[in-house]
Amino acid sequence: MSARLSPGRSIAAHAALITWTLIALFPVFVIVINSFKSRKAIFADPLALPWPENFDLIGYQTVMKQGDFFLYFQNSLIVTCASLFFVLLFGAMAAFALSEYRFRGNTLMGLYLALGIMIPIRLGTVAILEIMVASGLVNTLTALILVYTAQGLPLAVFILAEFMKTVSDDLKNAGRIDGLSEYRIFFSLVLPLVRPAMATVAVFTMIPIWNDLWFPLILAPSEEVKTVTLGAQVFIGQFVTNWNAVLSALSLAIVPVLILYLIFSRQLIRGITAGAVK
Amino acid sequence: MAARKPVRWHILVFLAPAVAVYSALMIIPLFGTLLQSLMNEDTAGERVFVGLSNFATLFGDALWSDAFWNALGNNAWFFLIHMLVQNPIGIALAAILSTPRLRMAAFYRTAIFIPTILSFVIVGFVWKLILSPIWGIAPGMLDAVGLKALFAPWLGKEEYALTTLALISVWQFVGIPMMLIYAALLSIPDEVIEASEMDGITGWSQFWKIKLPLILPAIGIISILTFVGNFNAFDLIYVAQGALAGPDFSTDILGTFLYRTFFGFQLQLGDPYMGSAIAGAMFGIILIGVCVYLFGIQTRLRRYPF
Repeated sequence: MSARLSPGRSIAAHAALITWTLIALFPVFVIVINSFKSRKAIFADPLALPWPENFDLIGYQTVMKQGDFFLYFQNSLIVTCASLFFVLLFGAMAAFALSEYRFRGNTLMGLYLALGIMIPIRLGTVAILEIMVASGLVNTLTALILVYTAQGLPLAVFILAEFMKTVSDDLKNAGRIDGLSEYRIFFSLVLPLVRPAMATVAVFTMIPIWNDLWFPLILAPSEEVKTVTLGAQVFIGQFVTNWNAVLSALSLAIVPVLILYLIFSRQLIRGITAGAVK
Repeated sequence: MAARKPVRWHILVFLAPAVAVYSALMIIPLFGTLLQSLMNEDTAGERVFVGLSNFATLFGDALWSDAFWNALGNNAWFFLIHMLVQNPIGIALAAILSTPRLRMAAFYRTAIFIPTILSFVIVGFVWKLILSPIWGIAPGMLDAVGLKALFAPWLGKEEYALTTLALISVWQFVGIPMMLIYAALLSIPDEVIEASEMDGITGWSQFWKIKLPLILPAIGIISILTFVGNFNAFDLIYVAQGALAGPDFSTDILGTFLYRTFFGFQLQLGDPYMGSAIAGAMFGIILIGVCVYLFGIQTRLRRYPF
């Protein structure tokens, strides 16, 4: 029987956690409340809540009028969703091959694919840019999708392979006896069973892609293919004195990734616990 | 005579897409960059093999080496702060969170991880605002508790700027060690904890004597992840201080140095060969770190299979 938490220690634990939660959320809170306030109120009292007397949507109106912002959002969504799709599909396929079949070079292939977990893809930027220039993909979303797919694959293969080892062999063999092809076994038996792991991989893959500044800056800086992160960075430069607009743009940029995170966060801890960290 | 085993094409089909994309955009460019770091242009503008002379320039020629050693030193300090501040805080938060029957643990966990999902653009901007001496929330808050004298424009002073940025980065990423350590703590079986309680080991001493040794492998993993992440960092410095990593290069790290060298800045033209050499040096540093971890640390950690 494990002892009940004494009231004193419980209070101390909550105090420590609340303190850090406040530190963690305070800057986000500052951005969001000030994005709803008039310019005068932002400067006069940055910590005041947006009450009716200083409530103002002028920042959001400016951002909306700046039509580009929707384009940036659309670009970011396309890049993130497409990369995520390919990372999950290709990653799961490779993980299945590595965890299911015994063949020569299996371990070596696993190590080869795991190399990318430790060595950051950015170090190859110089050559990646040359490849993209040579193939005419500079300033296209395709370039970003390809790079992010390569970037996300190593971790995806690693985590998914660990998970697929836990799928029961009996189930797969029953499928084989019923005459299912290896492809059917993968797509209709195994994939649905590793959904929690897919969610974990999705979060870890999605966040760095959505927030990346390096590759958009280098591979796709032109207006029509800017992502929202790069767009916001440029926006801050252009509207450096229009704080309403900047704060509203930043608040909007937080929303999509926050929603996705809240959806997946329950799966996240389950995925890590069952995964490779043990 | 037994027939030869048929070729199992499906294995190839399953592996091919991942291996193709990964090789084409990760492994080949990486080696391409390393190869390019051994090249340079001769006076006629032809690409020629020059061996290690780019590295000799980078490490020895004062024009380059001052900037390189400055960036490397700053990067080491940046990493040290993460190891001394981020990881202990992360471990402490995880230890508190894993207290059995703690109410609202899921809420705290979710909230503390939120900065990690924010983009550097947002993080850089909001901390510049908070620490700004003009608009500044920080001076106002310090004033409210009577400590206004302590305030300084931390991001603008050479002696504080790098440390301040490192602490901002700690604030952003403390969620990652917290999550990984929390998962490791949860995977300690109940019997081990119960056995220690039977022996009268509880509370602090339980953490130090029982749990900490069991989560050492996870601490090893977060250390190497911190190392790789820090020596590859770029974004936060770029959004907060620009590519010039001011004031007076005091916040310049290898990532910003690579960016400036490769793409050029102000009047200096970009130099792909020296850029490759810097990327090669970063590759070497990260490789050394990973090898030290894999062969020096990981093999010596005792693992306790449950």
